[in-house]
Amino acid sequence: MALTLNAQRSSAEAVRASLTGGKRDVRGMLFMAALLACLLLAMLTLIVLLWDVVAQAIPVFDKRGTSFLTGELGSNPDKVGVSQGIWGSLMIALFVVVIAFPVGIAAGVYLQEYAKPTKLTRFIQLNIRNLAGVPSVVYGILGLIVFVQGLEWVTGGRSVIAAGITLALLVLPIIIITTAESVRAVPAGIREAGMGVGATRWETTRDHVLPYAAPGVLTGTMLATARALGEAAPLLLIGAITGRLASAPGQSIVERMQGKFTAMPIVIYGWSNEVNKPGKKTGLTFEDLNAAAIVVLLAVVLLLNALAIVMRNRFEKGRQG
Amino acid sequence: MTVEEINVVRPLGLGETSGRRGDEARSVVGGRTGLFTTADLSVYYGSFRAVRNVDLSITEHEITAFIGPSGCGKTTVLRCFNRMNDLIDSARVEGIVAYHGVNLYDPDVNPVEVRRRIGMVFQKPNPFPKSIYDNVAYGPRLSGIKKRNDLDDIVERALRGAALWDEVKDRLKASGLGLSGGQQQRLCIARAVAVEPEVILMDEPCSALDPIATARIEDLMQEMKQRYTIIIVTHNMQQAARVSDRTAFFTTEINEESDRRTGVLVEFDRTETMFSSPTDERTEQYVTGRFG
Repeated sequence: MALTLNAQRSSAEAVRASLTGGKRDVRGMLFMAALLACLLLAMLTLIVLLWDVVAQAIPVFDKRGTSFLTGELGSNPDKVGVSQGIWGSLMIALFVVVIAFPVGIAAGVYLQEYAKPTKLTRFIQLNIRNLAGVPSVVYGILGLIVFVQGLEWVTGGRSVIAAGITLALLVLPIIIITTAESVRAVPAGIREAGMGVGATRWETTRDHVLPYAAPGVLTGTMLATARALGEAAPLLLIGAITGRLASAPGQSIVERMQGKFTAMPIVIYGWSNEVNKPGKKTGLTFEDLNAAAIVVLLAVVLLLNALAIVMRNRFEKGRQG
Repeated sequence: MTVEEINVVRPLGLGETSGRRGDEARSVVGGRTGLFTTADLSVYYGSFRAVRNVDLSITEHEITAFIGPSGCGKTTVLRCFNRMNDLIDSARVEGIVAYHGVNLYDPDVNPVEVRRRIGMVFQKPNPFPKSIYDNVAYGPRLSGIKKRNDLDDIVERALRGAALWDEVKDRLKASGLGLSGGQQQRLCIARAVAVEPEVILMDEPCSALDPIATARIEDLMQEMKQRYTIIIVTHNMQQAARVSDRTAFFTTEINEESDRRTGVLVEFDRTETMFSSPTDERTEQYVTGRFG
């Protein structure tokens, strides 16, 4: 009896001792520190890059003002501007929205929601993943052969139409995959609930699955658009203009879309090859202009992303009821 | 396929071992007015036979409970009654599930129409991420009811029918997901009754709920059986004893083809009989808590 009591008492003391004054979890803290360091490294790189670019771009906006945004491609750093680049990039974004969004979302929903999980389906899914990893230059070759040369009567050859369709195809796999993933993440209970009250598969998909998956789908389309806006390699193959691009006044929209074009990444690429001689009036070099062009491109991408985030938040509110 | 034809079809599917069950099924089909009658019902997931040779008959305006240990196929059988197994790609159904004499698995049967007449409440409360009102009004809207007044009436009637109206009448526009678990499950019941089905299938509707919420739903079921026929799957034997008129006991048995177990229907009778003097030894062992 006494023995058990003793044992109890000592074990209670042991418990108390072990509860307090324990050793610190050194390994855990080291691990956490390592994770934090990696995060900081990534953030730091980004911040330094951004700061460098923005600092160089500020004098450009200061001295050139809006003429930098409205100017055209040329060789005089006092006069050139990015208007054609912005126009080309927005046109490409438009093609991505009009072609890649509907086709990609539809294909993703079909793969996940309708296709029977056969070997063929899995094979197709695997290949769409592979397509997302195909180097963009390869898409450039495809665009050159099919849309610039093969379909010249539609696209007008080396035009923003050919570029837009090519980049829409380039981002299509990304949209299909992210759509399929977000649809897969919709809880089975939602589908059962819909079907359980007598909704058809289409009604269930339209009323419940798609709204639930919408935030994820939007994230995918956002990434896809940003990717399309940043691509330069396929545009070079398709034949975007780098040196001088004089706009012909009085062109219709269709004529302009079938004509010579450029886009923001190409403007940046082109200016990085220019002679770095300061302009006589402003003293700005093409390197400065390039920094400003990068800021403009980033602004366009961020603007489109902000739009998508606003839309996503609205959908997410809808998800909660 | 009509009920009468089942008598013709049945003997073809008869194996030697299922002779006894076969006779029962035949007398059931010919005699009692079963709302549902299954004959030689087996369900496969891929090549695995999850449940085999189930013959039972569901009586109108009664509560029928399916009990049995995990993996005995009671949920699988339940989901045959409104073609919910169609949603699982690998699932395949053999045999007959006759509803009003129509085999639900005939090729010309429209599963969507089946589910409008045979509603379902699931194990985990699964309200749509929409308002309480829209949750209930969704089914009626699908069948073309658009007028605000009509919908308002239907929503109120359904929520009253699910004993939820008084708790939510002032916040019909609030999200269904903001309700407690028990309220969510009653919302799901309201959603199911809003389309005025004839039958309501309940798949362990109280397994995620606390005892008070469970008691409310059990009371509700007693009221509901005046208007609906209810089939409930439950893990809880006491629940089956409390609420049901008839009980079907399923269990698992070793499968010859693989080491996975196949579910079988052991015994099906009035609930009092099942719990006081069951015929089969396995039923007795289960209801007295000696296994399962």
